[in-house]
Amino acid sequence: MNIVVLVKQVPDTATERKLNEEDNTLDRAASDGVINELDEYAVEEALQLKEKHGGEVTVLTMGPDKAKDTIRKALSMGADKALWVKDEALHGSDALQTAYTLSKALGSIEYDVVVLGSESTDARTGVLGAALAEYLGAPQLTLAGKVDVDGSAIKVQRQTDYGHDVVEAQLPAVVSVVEKINEPRYPSFKLIMQAKKKPMEEKTAADLGIEADKIGLANATTETVDFAAAPPRAAGTIVKDEGDGGSKAADFLAEKKFV
Amino acid sequence: MAEVLVLVDHVDGEVKKVTTELLTAARRIGEPAAVWVGDGAEKGKAALAEFGAEKVYVAPAELNDYVVAPTAELLAKLAQDQGAAAVLVSATNSNKEIAGRAAVKLGSGVLTDVVDVTADVVTEHSIFGGATVTHGRVKAGVPVVAIRPNSVVPEAVSGAAAEESVSLDISDAAKGAKVVERVVVEQGERPELTEAAVVVSGGRGVGEGRFGVVEELADSLGAAVGASRAVVDSGWYPNQFQVGQTGKTVSPNLYVALGISGAIQHRAGMQTAKNIIAVNKDPEAPIFELADFGVVGDLHSVTPQLTEEINKRK
Ligand SMILES: Cc1cc2nc3c(=O)[nH]c(=O)nc-3n(C[C@H](O)[C@H](O)[C@H](O)COP(=O)(O)OP(=O)(O)OC[C@H]3O[C@@H](n4cnc5c(N)ncnc54)[C@H](O)[C@@H]3O)c2cc1C
Ligand SMILES: Nc1ncnc2c1ncn2[C@@H]1O[C@H](COP(=O)(O)O)[C@@H](O)[C@H]1O
Repeated sequence: MNIVVLVKQVPDTATERKLNEEDNTLDRAASDGVINELDEYAVEEALQLKEKHGGEVTVLTMGPDKAKDTIRKALSMGADKALWVKDEALHGSDALQTAYTLSKALGSIEYDVVVLGSESTDARTGVLGAALAEYLGAPQLTLAGKVDVDGSAIKVQRQTDYGHDVVEAQLPAVVSVVEKINEPRYPSFKLIMQAKKKPMEEKTAADLGIEADKIGLANATTETVDFAAAPPRAAGTIVKDEGDGGSKAADFLAEKKFV
Repeated sequence: MAEVLVLVDHVDGEVKKVTTELLTAARRIGEPAAVWVGDGAEKGKAALAEFGAEKVYVAPAELNDYVVAPTAELLAKLAQDQGAAAVLVSATNSNKEIAGRAAVKLGSGVLTDVVDVTADVVTEHSIFGGATVTHGRVKAGVPVVAIRPNSVVPEAVSGAAAEESVSLDISDAAKGAKVVERVVVEQGERPELTEAAVVVSGGRGVGEGRFGVVEELADSLGAAVGASRAVVDSGWYPNQFQVGQTGKTVSPNLYVALGISGAIQHRAGMQTAKNIIAVNKDPEAPIFELADFGVVGDLHSVTPQLTEEINKRK
């Protein structure tokens, strides 16, 4: 089975994240880049599918120079090789343009299952899997908490607001995973060393037949008009419980007319 | 005036509050037209009329037999046919996916997790766990916008709610992912988490098997119950109650955090709450940075006293 896993480098959530003053895009230089935490679950699921059904796991990412560390991370978890879409012209691409670019990259390789995270911690649009399925014309099996493949059939439990749906489709399919699905493995020292030698192929937008007017900030479908630091919350009242903490909280609620 | 399509969220003909919020927002932009997928429109129509829907497009329940794609096709088709000024959906996971696919079909753009929208469809967003506020817009075509529940104050104004049934030849591609079973977890009597005016959440500090203290406070306030990921991961409370980055995003009038440290991923799901109360025994817990009122102490003594006081003052 040919399994492709999509990973994205994001600014570390634990650091102060910023936007660029010039073009309102994410300032990638301002914070350390890490693999989107949710993509570790996608890599783990891809590896488990390979362990069950055989085949190969290809890491696919679209990102600048820095993104190399994130590809390495996925390879050191056990993926076999990588395809890296890297092009200055992609700077400022939004979620739909990213989905389009990734769909073109997928068009250049063989795949049965595409696994991705349900959301990135920076953009948080949560639309990538759906938009990718739309571009590919492939079944959308997103928000999966459980994945079963049987021959050419795939079945997932899709997490919903009310519980879950059981969804069936035929491969090839696009599967996004939620963090309940598995426990991502830690790379072993041996795998970290091996990862350095695994094939990493670089492609530009032109290599993938992507028209220049489809990508990048100038052609984005959306724009960030402006941004500002959120107004600080007024400092609250913090009291130490001296046996009356509950009734003091009730006083606050009464003052705010909640009781 | 151009139509603004509003995808209706409903459960068995009961219109969700967020839909009345979207209809209110839609009126700033143009003429609200509700889009109803499935049965129950007859029953739900009154609520849509009350919040200004001029039209109600009703599409067959069959669309829901497949994962999101048919509804995206429906919205794109209606938007095109009617020359809609915008398409609005609530920012639930499924609806965000519908919005994304509809925008691809329309060749336009999508804006998600919106907390406010203007007449010109300029949207406001709260990003990076609430640290930054941005404004955005779709550059060309029909903007598709997913708005967070509790972001807009619903205002009633009467509309005609003229019903129009629509049919759709669902494409083969949209039939690729078939829903073969729906598993509904009992909600109980409490309000729905994302819609609730008050949410009381418990974290790891509550302790295994001791969630009763959270539920009792919630019930005294008519609130929904939420939980941190630590609680859900430990299996103390079901998955769909998780608040945070990978759980639900809530913007209630009042959020009460009991034994929750306030990690950035938790804050991402609740920091737009209008009032925040925290109880934590650690005075350094980051949740206190957000709290309008905080009690440093053991939640197992503070919370029952609070519940009792609320019940007394009713
Ligand atoms: C990709 C990713 C996504 C995530 N998504 C989410 C998410 O959606 N939602 C979420 O919540 N987290 C999420 N997290 C996890 C998050 O980082 C925290 O680990 C989690 O929120 C911690 O939960 P907690 O506050 O309940 O537990 P802890 O951090 O362990 O805090 C427990 C608190 O309880 C206090 N306490 C203990 N006993 C008492 C007592 N008797 N009385 C009063 N206070 C007491 C302690 O002082 C402490 O502050 C995510 C993490 C990652 C990496
Ligand atoms: N530039 C990218 N390259 C590869 N995968 C991506 C990229 N952006 C997003 N993804 C994938 O899409 C998922 C959802 O991202 P998003 O829709 O941006 O929240 C992520 O978890 C990744 O798996």
